[in-house]
Amino acid sequence: MTLTLPQQSKPPSLQPTGWLRYLSFSVDHKVIGLQYLVCGFAFYLIGGALAGAIRTELTSPVADFMPRDVYNQVLTLHGTVMIFLWIVPVVNGAFGNYLIPFYVGARDMAFPRLNAVAFWLIPPAGLLLITSYFITGAAQSGWTAYPPLSLTTPATGQIIWILSVLLLGGSSIFGGINFIATILKLRRPGLKLMQLPMYCWAMLGTSILVVLSTPVLAGTLILLSFDIVAHTGFFNPGMGGNVVVYQHLFWFYSHPAVYIMVLPAFGLVSEILPIHCRKPLFGYTTMVYSIMAIVVLGLVVWAHHMFTSGTPPWMRLFFTIATAFIAVPTGIKFFNWIATLWGGKISLNSAILFSCGFIVNFVLGGITGVALAQVPFDVHVHDTYFVVAHFHYIVYGGSVFVIFASVYHWFPKVTGRMLDENLGRFHFLLTFIGFNLCFAPQHWLGLNGMPRRVAEYDPQFAFVNQISSVGALLMALSTLPFLWNVIASARSGEIAGDNPWRALTPEWLTTSPPPVENWKGEPPLVTHPYGYGIPADQIDLKDASGSDLWSNGR
Amino acid sequence: MTSLSPQDQAVEIQEHHEESHPDHRMFGLATFLVADAMTFAGFFAAYLTFKAVNPLLPGAVYELELPLPTLNTILLLVSSATFHRAGVNLRRSDMQRCRRWLLLTAVLGLAFLVSQMVEYFTLPFGLTDNLYASTFYALTGFHGLHVTLGALMILIVWWQCRTPEGRVTADNHFPLEAAELYWHFVDGIWVVLFVILYLI
Repeated sequence: MTLTLPQQSKPPSLQPTGWLRYLSFSVDHKVIGLQYLVCGFAFYLIGGALAGAIRTELTSPVADFMPRDVYNQVLTLHGTVMIFLWIVPVVNGAFGNYLIPFYVGARDMAFPRLNAVAFWLIPPAGLLLITSYFITGAAQSGWTAYPPLSLTTPATGQIIWILSVLLLGGSSIFGGINFIATILKLRRPGLKLMQLPMYCWAMLGTSILVVLSTPVLAGTLILLSFDIVAHTGFFNPGMGGNVVVYQHLFWFYSHPAVYIMVLPAFGLVSEILPIHCRKPLFGYTTMVYSIMAIVVLGLVVWAHHMFTSGTPPWMRLFFTIATAFIAVPTGIKFFNWIATLWGGKISLNSAILFSCGFIVNFVLGGITGVALAQVPFDVHVHDTYFVVAHFHYIVYGGSVFVIFASVYHWFPKVTGRMLDENLGRFHFLLTFIGFNLCFAPQHWLGLNGMPRRVAEYDPQFAFVNQISSVGALLMALSTLPFLWNVIASARSGEIAGDNPWRALTPEWLTTSPPPVENWKGEPPLVTHPYGYGIPADQIDLKDASGSDLWSNGR
Repeated sequence: MTSLSPQDQAVEIQEHHEESHPDHRMFGLATFLVADAMTFAGFFAAYLTFKAVNPLLPGAVYELELPLPTLNTILLLVSSATFHRAGVNLRRSDMQRCRRWLLLTAVLGLAFLVSQMVEYFTLPFGLTDNLYASTFYALTGFHGLHVTLGALMILIVWWQCRTPEGRVTADNHFPLEAAELYWHFVDGIWVVLFVILYLI
């Protein structure tokens, strides 16, 4: 039988080319990944400016920089922007979209159009959230929107906040569905699950959490909006409602949300470390199992946020123990990273500096996390700056450090040019010192009883707060060398070549920047993504098209 | 068979790779339905917790009658069976019968919605009367929204398979199978909802 294909001229592409495609409804996963990254970074700058306003206010014990209700709005916007518009979209959407199709040997995500929809939900949601400040006043009840506070603060801002978070949650769910389908269904034939780069496992675990927990938040916020708009009483004690149920439902999402922010960072670090210390990732199998253990445990620890909400003793016991258990898989990952570095030929470049900064900060944040899981301690420091310090060590010292490490690592892949290493090291130094100066003193503030989320505080805390604000200033300044570095290097940085790090993961086995549809020929079959330092005859170092992986190395 | 060299085949695949993708849309839909089920799970958890720890305020009325919801349950279960028949006939390429079963399914779905409205208007409590009432309306309303969307989907599929040139044909099952999976899901949720709201 002869198959005759009709002679087709290539249909005119509906996708714009050049820089315009970054403003278009592009379905190319690499374009969408960069859209996420740049959009997220813009919101990071906004969220950072809000943080700057908070730290400026807190340099003095009285509310002299802005009125108290404005402080509440700024605080709410800062938390919401940083979580829902910066970290979650960037560690998941940006790097996930850019890397996952490469890692599974696919030419795009499983559902490219859904992917574009997921991204384009974010800018309107973010604009909605931020413009609400100028039009009606933003929400004032913090990123947790606990009732009855969220029922008594001005309703318009709160409803806009809910709408915005619902849009972002929808975006997150669509993204999660796409990642699960891509990782499980779009793998190149011959590629086994246990041969995937670790970031795939991290994204699979994260996406499972997204799909299971985000809808619960959506439902909860819909009930909350009913309370505000239709005057039902779900969470209104005056009408027989129950505020603690809101907290349970909220944290059922928002505790996994911590893992949604940090598991992808674990994955990214696991990609970066082996390449820059020329050693295989230590303990691949234990890494995979610990990710999945964190996913399972992460779903059953939410009430450790609620030890002061009248939780019964059995519940306190269960959630304390479950939370302590999470330290085990997390510790396994930590020791695996250390073991990966151990005895490696480490190049102390910006990517690995930020990765090591992540390891240090994350261990500190993890230790305070285990401490906070203990009821007697938690009751003492609940709702104080100790908690603020703890979660900034996780989400900034953890996730944001990894985002920067990833930018330094994958910038040559995306642009074909190297970032300036000296500026990068300077950026790291400023960020690391600024971050620790800003947040380490807050442990002390919290232990001594300074409550969070208020514009005014006891004057005895003024000096330590000023130290913290100096750290915040350094963090703000550290953005400048980074921005300059990225803009200047994208235009006139050193040409990188296709594989400047001599990496073995599949995204480097193509040109930099990669062509549309990722590879000119067949996608490579990479069965040993971390085969560094292993004799070449023990692993197949050639990709499927037969080209030598090391030919582009320097 | 064609006598293309491996390179040419690779080029073919690359140029026409849209066609070479396996279809993962049902998998994607199933994943979405897991997420959707979690939304309901959140509502159910809230309802059960309210029932367990929040007594009704004095004077509040919350009483449900069984006959109408039982009829609703039967309507939805039968509609699942009729939708299944539509799918079977589609796979047999019997479009005539497929359309008839689809229309019957849509009618059953709409009958469910009408019956649900009748129940709403005859209940002795309103949305904001008390906590249980609010949760009842939130849960049944959210489910009713799903039924409405499902019924619309069925009517669209029914419209799309009216001619051999339509989108749903004996060769393209996806829209019908997607709507069918969704409809079975909505029915399954109703059964859980019926047990939790009306029986316990």
